[in-house]
Amino acid sequence: MPAVSKGDGMRGLAVFISDIRNCKSKEAEIKRINKELANIRSKFKGDKALDGYSKKKYVCKLLFIFLLGHDIDFGHMEAVNLLSSNKYTEKQIGYLFISVLVNSNSDLISLINNAIKNDLSSRNPTFMNLALHCIANVGSREMAEAFAAEVPRILVAGDTMDSVKQSAALCLLRLNRTSPDLVPMGEWTTRVVHLLNDQHLGVVTAATSLITTLAQKSPEDFKTSVSLAVARLSRIVSSASTDLQDYTYYFVAAPWLSVKLLRLLQCYPPPEDGAIRGRLTECLETILNKAQEPPKSKKVQHSNAKNAVLFEAISLIIHHDSEPTLLVRACNQLGQFLQHRETNLRYLALESMCTLASSEFSHEAVKTHIETVINALKSERDVSVRQRAVDLLYAMCDRSNAKQIVAEMLSYLETADYSIREEIVLKVAILAEKYAVDYTWYVDTILNLIRFAGDYVSDEVWYRVIQIVINRDEVQGYAAKTVFEALQAPACHENLVKVGGYILGEFGNLIAGDSRSSPLIQFDLLHSKFHLCSVPTRALLLSAYIKFINLFPEVKGTIQEVLRSDSQLRNADVELQQRAVEYLRLSCIASTDILATVLEEMPPFPERESSILAKLKRKKGPGNLHLDLDENRKERSVNGGTADHSSTTSNAKAPMPPQASAVPVLRSAGPLFQVFASPTTSTDLLGLGSTIATQNSAPPASKGASLLVDVFSGNTAAFPVETPVAVGPVADENFSRFVCKNNGVLYENQLLQIGLKSEFRQNLGRMYVFFGNKTSTQFMNFAASVVCQDALQAQLNVHAKPADPTVDGGAQLQQILNIECVSDFVDAPVLNIQFRYGGTLQNIAVKLPITLNKFFQPTEMTSLDFFQRWKQLGAPQQEVQNIFKARHSMDIEVTKAKIMGFGAALLDGVDPNPFNFVGAGVIHTKTTQVGCLLRLEPNTQAQMYRLTLRTSRGTVSQRLCDLLSEQF
Amino acid sequence: MMHFLLLFSRQGKLRLQKWFTPIPEREKKKIVRDMTTMVLGRKPRSCNFLHWKDLKIVYKKYASLYFCCGLDAEENELLALEVLHRYVELLDKYFGNVCELDIIFNFEKAYFILDEFLLGGEVQETSKQVVSRSIEASDMLQEVSERPRSR
Repeated sequence: MPAVSKGDGMRGLAVFISDIRNCKSKEAEIKRINKELANIRSKFKGDKALDGYSKKKYVCKLLFIFLLGHDIDFGHMEAVNLLSSNKYTEKQIGYLFISVLVNSNSDLISLINNAIKNDLSSRNPTFMNLALHCIANVGSREMAEAFAAEVPRILVAGDTMDSVKQSAALCLLRLNRTSPDLVPMGEWTTRVVHLLNDQHLGVVTAATSLITTLAQKSPEDFKTSVSLAVARLSRIVSSASTDLQDYTYYFVAAPWLSVKLLRLLQCYPPPEDGAIRGRLTECLETILNKAQEPPKSKKVQHSNAKNAVLFEAISLIIHHDSEPTLLVRACNQLGQFLQHRETNLRYLALESMCTLASSEFSHEAVKTHIETVINALKSERDVSVRQRAVDLLYAMCDRSNAKQIVAEMLSYLETADYSIREEIVLKVAILAEKYAVDYTWYVDTILNLIRFAGDYVSDEVWYRVIQIVINRDEVQGYAAKTVFEALQAPACHENLVKVGGYILGEFGNLIAGDSRSSPLIQFDLLHSKFHLCSVPTRALLLSAYIKFINLFPEVKGTIQEVLRSDSQLRNADVELQQRAVEYLRLSCIASTDILATVLEEMPPFPERESSILAKLKRKKGPGNLHLDLDENRKERSVNGGTADHSSTTSNAKAPMPPQASAVPVLRSAGPLFQVFASPTTSTDLLGLGSTIATQNSAPPASKGASLLVDVFSGNTAAFPVETPVAVGPVADENFSRFVCKNNGVLYENQLLQIGLKSEFRQNLGRMYVFFGNKTSTQFMNFAASVVCQDALQAQLNVHAKPADPTVDGGAQLQQILNIECVSDFVDAPVLNIQFRYGGTLQNIAVKLPITLNKFFQPTEMTSLDFFQRWKQLGAPQQEVQNIFKARHSMDIEVTKAKIMGFGAALLDGVDPNPFNFVGAGVIHTKTTQVGCLLRLEPNTQAQMYRLTLRTSRGTVSQRLCDLLSEQF
Repeated sequence: MMHFLLLFSRQGKLRLQKWFTPIPEREKKKIVRDMTTMVLGRKPRSCNFLHWKDLKIVYKKYASLYFCCGLDAEENELLALEVLHRYVELLDKYFGNVCELDIIFNFEKAYFILDEFLLGGEVQETSKQVVSRSIEASDMLQEVSERPRSR
């Protein structure tokens, strides 16, 4: 029963709520709700006109049901009716309903706007406030269009009541955030700035929020706010705690306003005017001094409010980064908090110190707290505090303390929470590389990382250690020795096998002189791990073996024996089988010279930014401030709240895609570059096979590939090629034309033309295939079938309806294919056609253009939604990016048409850069739906594109990126 | 700015939800789920702040109710705690020793009070007196207009 019933009690509502609370089960609750909904519906539909009270009561019940989590599909009209009631309480419920159940139902919106308009012009402050609250709560574009001119007028009008001004200021702020283009600056801007001088502190508080947001967007227009803000702040800081009456909060003078003013000042550099600057410094000093005074109250509210102002002041000091004494004082203050008994303060101090660590004035001062921070890492009970400690250690690390910090982080890693292990691994890897004086330490550190947290060591980390070992002669012998020793452990992590395989394959010779690590022992050691490893690692090991054959002729026989075994030569995995076959042949037929050339040591990698760093940046936790502070700061002052999305834009200008540096072994210039190619690129090797066998129009052979072709020239016959469809080349010339369209000619030769017409909806599709007989003779025994090979079988169902076995001369035969996408896929099915023409059997195989993007459903979304989702899909494996040269002219309209043809919704006005294209959609498969966001950034000067895909599934991102990249 | 404010019970029952940015219903449900599991899973005496995606989460428990809000990264966590506290004080003042049941049975009032205090995710009025006065004034309006109904 209701505990209190103030104002108007709605008895019916209270009874209903009680009923719901008494329901014993979810089913009972739903039953009760349905009963109520039926009742309300009949009341609303009834002949008898409802009085205001009943209408209010029912609308309120509907609202309650909605807030319980049930859908409401009626009652909006009744709520809108309540808006024009002259009874305050009915109006209020009407507005609440509208605010909660935002519905951009267009006919209702105009009615709602009408009611709001009436209330705004009513000159009744209570009604005006209700109307303004509603605009601020809904904040839709339609409302912005209707009221963007009116609200500023109310805000600056001389006769507006204070409470209305407050609502108007925040209402305008909301409209500016959602539809900035509809809220142009005007002559009201200067008058808004002067609200900082208003007598009513409530008005100043609301206005400061508005001004801060506007100043972040156009700092020039609001420059005058700096001196006013300093003056206001100074008055608050120096006031006695009782001066501000109710704006004093637990003995702290106007903490909300102080914090907002300090935030506003963070939109600007230190004031140039000496007097203002002096006054501000005085304020900041006073705030720092107050922290040392004994508390005026034991209540936590007092200390929270006081420290809130203090932390904001420290943020401003760090932002200005110009007063060494203030910075050091701030650091000392935070140092005190590091040992405070309040967990909240320890947490905030760790966080705040991270930014301080990057200032040259305070870096040394921060470093003095290292022991405390290490202690926090070991003793804090709360994982989020420990995470801040890791961040701070990372931020304060430099050459002088790197060994200590890395050692502490490593030892923490053994017991660290699973949620933060990967980040710690990345951080340790970066620090070890950045501050390595001798690379033996670096190698040891990374191997320890794999030992302690192998599962959390991402590919970037082990790629990087290999890049570094390859590039530095002095560490190669040590690395070989160390991995050899590490591999002795009976159970070692697969990542260690990868690193071990690669390094011994390259530099095993450096330790082969020692009888304890003779070639045969090395090989046996590696091969003892082989059977426990996954396919990609086995592929890597096979490459290591062929390298061994070159390094150590004495083990050639042993290795050939291994390669020749059925488990290799007939391995079910086509990649492993191919490697075994090729390496075995290579070792048999190539002369020592050729072998030595092909299997030469890897050349040094070009020095690039560490891909690990890129990965950590992508993770972009607050702890990374240390690395890109400058960048961040610029964004914060210019763009304020939108810093994150502008950083994606600025990243977009980086010359190298982070992925490009991710695979250490993919070097187009290297001989036999594919030998160590990572599994994702291993398909090249396959492609190469079919190039030789079928002379198909495969992608242009790279330099490395052509070398292999030379090696095998004259031996093509002996070269065993697995082609599951033994009918000859699969035609795919026109394949990529169909990625962005559904109809057209797929294939044509002298006899036959194949046309396509297809339609797709969600995860289903239908394709009409037209076989045109171009001759005047009948085709006999005509049969066309669709084959899905390998993995595709499980991913895609294609059902071909049987067609006539004859096609008359000049006639056309139609066949219907029904398609179902089960899960995301990469390969395309093959259409095999057989027929007899003039006594000879014709075989044609054509790749069918059924591509993943066909199962796209476009999704419209606002800029805000887009970037919100974009950020949510920020995990490294979810994003795939490609930078490539334009193959066609860079026409905007053509590009738009292609993106739409690709299946995504083309979102206009979402990207801050009008020349970029962004799209969104959902890939429908039977098993799941995958949301996809894409962004295409053309660079007309360089004639280049950068394409970024983010989806919830890495494989989908990769496939879509590959498909779309081909199109421009 | 504040993106959302949620009130939920120890059992994870949502008692009040206020969204200051447009978010689709499905997404809202997901956020509510994430928040309740995350916050309810915290050990006692942990700190009141969390990171979740790009937001700072600040929460505090009052009797049987958890107050939880999501903030932009540049917001001040300590002051957000006091925003929660001030809201509790306002509810307390209005209901007189507020309890979870008051908020369940008078949810509309809880929303009205919130609207007077926070607007568009920013603090509108920090003075307890001013907010209480305007709530009382609107209650007076109600009573005046309700009287002839004599219900």
